[in-house]
Amino acid sequence: MADLIGGKRITIKELNAWYHSLQALTNVNLLIEPNKVTAIIGPSGCGKSTLIRCLNRLHEIIPGARVSGQVLLGSQDIYAPEVDPVEVRRRVGMVFQKPNPFPTMSVFDNVAAGIKLNSRRSRNEIATIVEKSLRQAALWDEVKDKLHNSGAALSGGQQQRLCIARALAIEPEVILMDEPCSALDPMATLKIEELIQELKENYTIVIVTHNMQQAARVSDWTAFFLLGELIEYGHARQIFSNPSDKRTEAYITGRFG
Amino acid sequence: MKQQLYLWRKIKDKGMSQLIGLSALMMVGILFLILGYIFIKGVSALNWDFFTQLPKPVGEAGGGMANAIVGSFILLGLACSFSLPLGILAGIYLSEFGRNQLGTTVRFAADLLTGLPSIVVGIFIYTLIVLPMKGFSAIAGGIALGIIMVPVITRTTEEMMKIIPLTIREAALALGIREWRTILSVVLPAALPGIITGIMLAIARAAGETAPLLFTALGNRFWHSGLDQPIAALPLQIFTYAISPYEDWHAQAWAGALVLIILVLGLSIATRFLTRGRYYFMR
Repeated sequence: MADLIGGKRITIKELNAWYHSLQALTNVNLLIEPNKVTAIIGPSGCGKSTLIRCLNRLHEIIPGARVSGQVLLGSQDIYAPEVDPVEVRRRVGMVFQKPNPFPTMSVFDNVAAGIKLNSRRSRNEIATIVEKSLRQAALWDEVKDKLHNSGAALSGGQQQRLCIARALAIEPEVILMDEPCSALDPMATLKIEELIQELKENYTIVIVTHNMQQAARVSDWTAFFLLGELIEYGHARQIFSNPSDKRTEAYITGRFG
Repeated sequence: MKQQLYLWRKIKDKGMSQLIGLSALMMVGILFLILGYIFIKGVSALNWDFFTQLPKPVGEAGGGMANAIVGSFILLGLACSFSLPLGILAGIYLSEFGRNQLGTTVRFAADLLTGLPSIVVGIFIYTLIVLPMKGFSAIAGGIALGIIMVPVITRTTEEMMKIIPLTIREAALALGIREWRTILSVVLPAALPGIITGIMLAIARAAGETAPLLFTALGNRFWHSGLDQPIAALPLQIFTYAISPYEDWHAQAWAGALVLIILVLGLSIATRFLTRGRYYFMR
């Protein structure tokens, strides 16, 4: 496995999460493999989004939100008291449900935002990282002539790839995707899915999805959640062809959700 | 029966549509009536001297309001110098950190201050600054106008920052951008066009205020001789000239009103134009 670069293993131990008194996650234990795609599936309100927002400590920015338990990124607990959540977010990139490019920034500045606003880099260095990130996100050829146009003027699918490029630019080890295709048409979805396959070479990818076919297509590992609890976790092939839990089977065959 | 009901509804629909259309038209009509009247009355007394000359003594023809035009700019500049930073920073506080008791209090105070009659602000500054300084001054006038502007700027800044979607803030935080950086470099620029519009409204309102200047800036028939001295302002000059018994002063008051309106209008058109197309909102 020495040729694999970038991705880190994530170990989730006895993770609980609350919004005020409402418990959104209960005692979750999960091992997310590096350089693989792990899909989180389950019906609305089962805690999928909460789970991945716990992996970059974005959960806690909501007033009244709380977390207990451990999340190890490699061997470091990101909830250890001495850890700065801002540092965690620089190691764990995130792509959101609705494409959300910064409205006042150009394509270039959107991708550069993470590095420009975090650190001092030379213009050349920034330009290099921006181009590399846009190429990685399979967007370079479409935007190389309009780098200084508004990011918000791109199509929905392009905006989402712009958001992926923006996340890649900070050179994270993990990429979280919260239903990244739910606002996109089938062609744009296909492009993002192909991109995910390329990205797993270098990153650990966790994707939340409502779309079972998508989970089956893109993921190596699949975790099924129900009411804040992890019900079943295994190889995607096994989860979708031969689930061991009745509730998983009921969900993936569309009997509820 | 059904046919009749249908007809009746159609009549009501037509009637209401025309009523609201008429109301909108009347509203715009009032604006154009005022603008038109002031234009007709004012334009005849408007000439190059008006912008370059000091007021002439009673009985002498000619003269202008150059000192009042400059004075108004100085007063507004003084007012902006503290009300802009104060209002914008307070607005940022309210929008980003104001979900607590202090925030509620500040918000309430700002709303009360907006509704405060401007003459009260004048008396307040008179007691607080004019009396201790033993004299009317540009500074006192500037502060009075600034106090009128602050609550408007605070509340518009807050509202404009608040409508920037949470998803934009989360996107920035998820990139490991610190919260203060996110507010300053991502949220504030997105809210800027709205904030600038609010500032323009505040300036427009302050530019036309007369009451708070009566006991603060006082007015001056000459060039001002320092910020601690009385200073002329367009609305004050208009007021003085309008209540005078002299026909040529009346004409100049109309011209002053016209200049005041053009300045305010020009200022807001200019900022609109300068900030246009530079900002994009999410679909």
